[in-house]
Amino acid sequence: MNPHLRASGSAYFLTTDTAKIERHTLSVLVDNEPGILARIAGLFSARGFNIDSLTVSETEHEKGLSRITVVTVASPKVLAQIKLQLERLIPVHRVHDLTAEGKSLERELALVKVSGTGENRVETLRLADAFRAQVVDASIESFVFEITGKSTKIEQFISLMMPLGLVEVVRTGLAAISRGPDRM
Amino acid sequence: MAEKMTGAEMVVQALKDQGVAHVFGYPGGAVLPIYDSLFQQDEIEHILVRHEQGATHMAEGYARSTGKVGVVLVTSGPGATNAVTGLTDALLDSIPLVCLTGQVPTPLIGSDAFQECDTVGITRNCTKHNYLVKDVADLPRIIHEAFHIASTGRPGPVVIDIPKDVQFALGDYAGPVAHQSHASYKPQAKPDLVEIEQAVDLMLQAKRPVCYTGGGVINAGPRASELLRELVELTGFPVTSTLMGLGAFPASSDKWLGMLGMHGTYEANLAMHDCDLMINIGARFDDRITGRLDAFSPNSTKIHVDIDPSSINKNVVVDLPIIGDCANVLEEMVRIWRTRTNESRAGELAPWMAQIEKWRSVNCLGYENSSDVIKPQYAIERLAAAVKEKDVYITTEVGQHQMWAAQYFPFDKPNRLMTSGGLGTMGYGLPAAVGVQVAHRDALVIDIAGEASVQMTMQEFSTAVQFRLPIKIFILNNEYMGMVRQWQELLHGSRYSQSYSESLPDFVKLAEAFGGKGIRVEHPDELDAAIKEMLDHDGPVLFDCRVVKQENCLPMIPSGKAHNEMILPDTADIGNIIDEKGRSLV
Repeated sequence: MNPHLRASGSAYFLTTDTAKIERHTLSVLVDNEPGILARIAGLFSARGFNIDSLTVSETEHEKGLSRITVVTVASPKVLAQIKLQLERLIPVHRVHDLTAEGKSLERELALVKVSGTGENRVETLRLADAFRAQVVDASIESFVFEITGKSTKIEQFISLMMPLGLVEVVRTGLAAISRGPDRM
Repeated sequence: MAEKMTGAEMVVQALKDQGVAHVFGYPGGAVLPIYDSLFQQDEIEHILVRHEQGATHMAEGYARSTGKVGVVLVTSGPGATNAVTGLTDALLDSIPLVCLTGQVPTPLIGSDAFQECDTVGITRNCTKHNYLVKDVADLPRIIHEAFHIASTGRPGPVVIDIPKDVQFALGDYAGPVAHQSHASYKPQAKPDLVEIEQAVDLMLQAKRPVCYTGGGVINAGPRASELLRELVELTGFPVTSTLMGLGAFPASSDKWLGMLGMHGTYEANLAMHDCDLMINIGARFDDRITGRLDAFSPNSTKIHVDIDPSSINKNVVVDLPIIGDCANVLEEMVRIWRTRTNESRAGELAPWMAQIEKWRSVNCLGYENSSDVIKPQYAIERLAAAVKEKDVYITTEVGQHQMWAAQYFPFDKPNRLMTSGGLGTMGYGLPAAVGVQVAHRDALVIDIAGEASVQMTMQEFSTAVQFRLPIKIFILNNEYMGMVRQWQELLHGSRYSQSYSESLPDFVKLAEAFGGKGIRVEHPDELDAAIKEMLDHDGPVLFDCRVVKQENCLPMIPSGKAHNEMILPDTADIGNIIDEKGRSLV
């Protein structure tokens, strides 16, 4: 083999992480200040962490606090790093791994537009009823449904709508909170 | 007591209130109001640099040699972007900096105005924290908070971006509030005593212990270095250190193993590999230290002391993490050790120390000297011998000379080595030497340099001349980017692609052109006299030490290898030592 084509060496030592990958929901309490979302998102991209879903909104106006819900997929070692690196950011107050702490509620809202006529339209409404999706807009040939629930439920609803004339979907991303009387 | 002043006046007042005596900077349109305020006072001395990168490295050298926060002042746009390398360098080496950048007036932000850049966006990932000040009312709080954040916990750089209209605006100034508490920033400096008791239990049982110390000991202040010495005195444990930690423990001690890692000593790396208890104090298991992770110190219990919780288990999984400031942890370790025993464990440790002596006798830093050409190792040894009795501060650039300085120059005190460890920034050493000399006017400050690195920030020699800073730039000139050439020899069949320093300047004439002194030495017999001439000159010197061209920096752990698979200097052909597997690592 031509030595020039041979894989070259490196100044770095590499090992592959064979640990099993898990999906976790993190709740991050932050100061609601300009650039905070860029800080969080920038940390994930700079360190090669994954974001599956990200939801941000101010939750305690008088204290200027926002709650960020991040769904990430990582090995347990990387998950620990994600939590610690988030806590290292100056405007971050607390990070909770809701998945690890168990007992949490997760909800997502989606708006689903479906168009169709005749039998498909009836079937669409019947399924929407079964999923407790509300009709929030209707025309002679379309519906917009509002559906709330776990991500899996929303995904299932969307896949059922697909053959019935699904036009488009918007999703809010996940909002999550722990059960019981305690605050984060 | 609030006092009305402009934003620019607040900046200068806040710096004074923070005890700042020196600012490294370069003026420009967006910081003119601050420069005007500086002009009207004489408590703070401004060091005018030649390039903003130089300002950041000077502030780093200043900070690292004093333990104070280094302050940088630059303009918007290119001023800020030129500072990015130094900010990143300070982030990776945990150096406290506050960098004030000018910004275009707030109404123009986002309009692609002249000399506008998104400074907070660009520096978000290369600072510990950053601010854009949109209202002059926030300015005093932000500046004082920035100093607090930069200097506490794991230190780091903080950027404050101040639009020009905010510098002109009038507002109320308030001084720093003592022990200002921050709602979400609360670094844990005080360790958990239960963990330290557990650590002492492990230390009392250890048969083959080693202390592996890092820059955190130096960042924790001189007290931490004293406590480390005290702990070693009590326990009798051997000590090795990272590049950033050199000087925290004296190289003259018989417990000193030398630096560890890729270019560390045989005894340090073998002790790390074979130990049964590793006590990491203020180091972060960097990849230059660990080598191959799956073969890193396979049979040891690991204690890790760090003020940054995210350092724990990041690269190496440890058995006992202790979060806290190194000085506090060491103090408690010493105290608790004393309550447990006052007997020496020398007897139990004797077999281990004998093993270490065996490794030491390999004399891994031995090299074949020459009577015709100057060996770089010899040059550093002669330099060290010449400055032995002096109060000396060393800075380095990055490359072979840096590793030789770490290997052959003995450091007995903390804060005496300023080097770019994490980022590996060529061009760090000369400006860092300027910064050190500003802080220590009467000390001897030497930049051990390479001819390639030093050219990256050469223009700061002019700063040294302007401010009468008698820095000595000791260039080990082998006409190669030596470390690049060494890796090319090792991994790329000695195809020296672009690593030869073509068209080098005449460093003697260059020094003279800047208004300094140049010295060239080419023969080992002339070396001592030339070094003396350099040291005797009361002004900045460029010392062009022509050394042998193709010397390799050894010992070395090649890629894909573990600590116990080092290349030693007597190895004949290092080109064949890295196996196919190591070669295929990307």
